Amino acid sequence: MISIEHISKKFRKLQALDNINAGFEPGQVVSLVGPNGSGKTTLIKCILGMVRPDRGDILVNGHSVQQQHGYRKQIGYMPQIGRYPDNMKIRQLFEMLYTLRQDEAENTDRELIRDFELENIFEKPMRTLSGGTRQKVSAALAFLFNPPILILDEPTAGLDPLAAEILKAKMMKEKKKDKLILITSHILSDLDELTSHIMYMQDGKQIFFKDLDAVREDTGEIKLGRAIARIMKGDGPGNAWNGRMFSVITGDKII
Amino acid sequence: MIKLSRYVLYDILRSRIIIAYTLFLLIVSCSMFQMEENSSKALLSLLNIVLIVLPLVSLVFTTIHYYNSYEFIELMSSQPMSRTRILMSEYTGVSIALLSAFFIGVGIPVLIYMPDETGFALLFAGAALTLVFTSLAFFASVRARDKARGIGFALLLWFYFALIYDGLVLLILFSFSDYPLEKLTLVLSALNPIDLGRIFIILKMDISALMGYTGALYKDFFGSGTGVLFTGGIMLVWIVVPLWLAVKKFKHKDL
Repeated sequence: MISIEHISKKFRKLQALDNINAGFEPGQVVSLVGPNGSGKTTLIKCILGMVRPDRGDILVNGHSVQQQHGYRKQIGYMPQIGRYPDNMKIRQLFEMLYTLRQDEAENTDRELIRDFELENIFEKPMRTLSGGTRQKVSAALAFLFNPPILILDEPTAGLDPLAAEILKAKMMKEKKKDKLILITSHILSDLDELTSHIMYMQDGKQIFFKDLDAVREDTGEIKLGRAIARIMKGDGPGNAWNGRMFSVITGDKII
Repeated sequence: MIKLSRYVLYDILRSRIIIAYTLFLLIVSCSMFQMEENSSKALLSLLNIVLIVLPLVSLVFTTIHYYNSYEFIELMSSQPMSRTRILMSEYTGVSIALLSAFFIGVGIPVLIYMPDETGFALLFAGAALTLVFTSLAFFASVRARDKARGIGFALLLWFYFALIYDGLVLLILFSFSDYPLEKLTLVLSALNPIDLGRIFIILKMDISALMGYTGALYKDFFGSGTGVLFTGGIMLVWIVVPLWLAVKKFKHKDL
């Protein structure tokens, strides 16, 4: 569904992405994990066409995304920090997107608007909203047009536990509809029950891309958080583990 | 495109800056016409304000607006919309806002007190200058990496066109005063939209008789239909070229 082919991106001296190569398929929930500044958001922005890679290409449903925009109908994006025009009310924001994407306006998914009870604050201007409420709006926008691909950048950061649960339940539901969900998050316990695949990045390099069972088996940890912590520390169960973990590759696609 | 600029425009009109700007222009123009007995003199004073303030406000307002709506631009670029369309809608929204401020603030008093050829020349030049400097501001802000640089670049442009350029022209005229420079000054005036606007209006006034031989040449040229076409054409070039460069840059920019 999305195939990333040898993507590299340099921001001046900083190598933000270094030869990333991966393929994502429908029904997968891929967690992009890695320390701060490891290039997760840059990778997401490359898929959305916000950042132009120096080398390589990204194909969505077989078509290159370079200088294209139509493919973004397929993608719902929830940014890390959602900021919106200050004076616009929440209702107007949604109305604007309905007007701008009129041809898709029939097939909308307003479930999150309802579950987050956004309608109660529909008349509030965006500038008065707290960070968490903005996150709710961003989430509702991402799911709004029922896209087959969902890209969520730190979805639960800033949400209260109740809202985070609602969002997770929604993600579960969409996963069952055979959608592709791409998540970055630091709160790894959140991802435990959702994730099917893990892509671990460091310094712009893709260290591995595996399904969850393989990671658990390799690290000997059941909990995703502890498994990742082991990898971050760089100590696995012995060198054999290290060898196996890091010899994998740029280039294998898990389907 | 119109749909999107409608929302940009709505957001701008809700902020108080544009209202303050409108009121400022309205108060200045009304008091000019009230204080001066001779409305032609009032127009001359108004002319100087229009030529200095209009470009400055257009540049600074547009630059600040661009950076303030950066997240909005980001949101839009995650939607199925081309970059060209996003930037053009921003341009349309900002220019409509600034133009309406100008037509309410200066246009209405001029129509009341001095609805003649000179008055319309002022309105034409003011509107053209607004569009030109909005376009230049977009060019500056798309090119600059951050807000401070963007505003700095915009202010530099203003200093250049409003102050430095005239000094340079004077320097040239004095250094080469032994040669016939009439044609050259005509070309030089086209290289600065503010000068072009000034000459265009002054030649519609009686005081142009005091400008000597060059003035006569100018009057001959700008007074004719060709002059109007020339001014309009050059202004159009000043609007289109920076905007085109801005769009070109924006399409390949990392957001």
